[in-house]
Amino acid sequence: MPVRRREVIQLRGDADVVRVRQTVRGVCTEEGFSLVDQTKMVTAASELARNTVIHGRGGVAVVESLEDGSRRGVRMTFEDEGPGIPDIDRALQDGFTTGHGMGLGLGGARRLVHDFQIQSMVGAGTRVVAVRWR
Amino acid sequence: MGEYLLVTIQVDMHDQLALTLQDDLTAMISKTGARGVLIDISSLEIVDSFIGRMIASIAGMARILDAQTIVVGMQPAVAITLVELGLSLSGVRTALNVDKGMKVLRALLDTPAGEEPDARSTP
Repeated sequence: MPVRRREVIQLRGDADVVRVRQTVRGVCTEEGFSLVDQTKMVTAASELARNTVIHGRGGVAVVESLEDGSRRGVRMTFEDEGPGIPDIDRALQDGFTTGHGMGLGLGGARRLVHDFQIQSMVGAGTRVVAVRWR
Repeated sequence: MGEYLLVTIQVDMHDQLALTLQDDLTAMISKTGARGVLIDISSLEIVDSFIGRMIASIAGMARILDAQTIVVGMQPAVAITLVELGLSLSGVRTALNVDKGMKVLRALLDTPAGEEPDARSTP
């Protein structure tokens, strides 16, 4: 699937979460997303980037605009080499929290996008891929 | 604004800044004895679970300090996203804009204790 634009953002702290939000906003605007769709993607990006910073102890975000035939979309990939998630199903449940938020981060982000994949290995890290099509 | 505090959030807040706002605002309520707090979020382009939690905890802390909090001006796209995210902001009163928020505050503070009107039904 052709990637039309690719942005890579290092995630180390709070300010980087803001940077990811701004980048996702820019790419979604460029792809012609409606305001509501932009808002959903930026909100999902904020949740996932914060997870990478806090739980993954930092990592990297990649934001790409995709072209699939006549379809346009935006893919966000968040990768860390942190402690990993022992029980992904439980982490995706609403109300599951480690105390930093409202327990809606992962499950909420999944609801805001069309395709959502998460891979995690305890002791090795976590990779989340989220795509929303226009 | 007399006994009310008006807070307008105009930047894309990073998490630490949101926590600082929470601390500053509760200190301000205590210092001024304000009975009402209006938080204008019309410039906020997103409310994620962290900001949502901050807003809910400001309202909770203010309540303990005998002040009512009204969140005003949420953009429609933000409201739609919040519901999908799963955040209901229960316990937080909202109004469409600052004017309507002020009316809600006045109505709340003019009403004797135990007879609080529902903010959402106030014209």
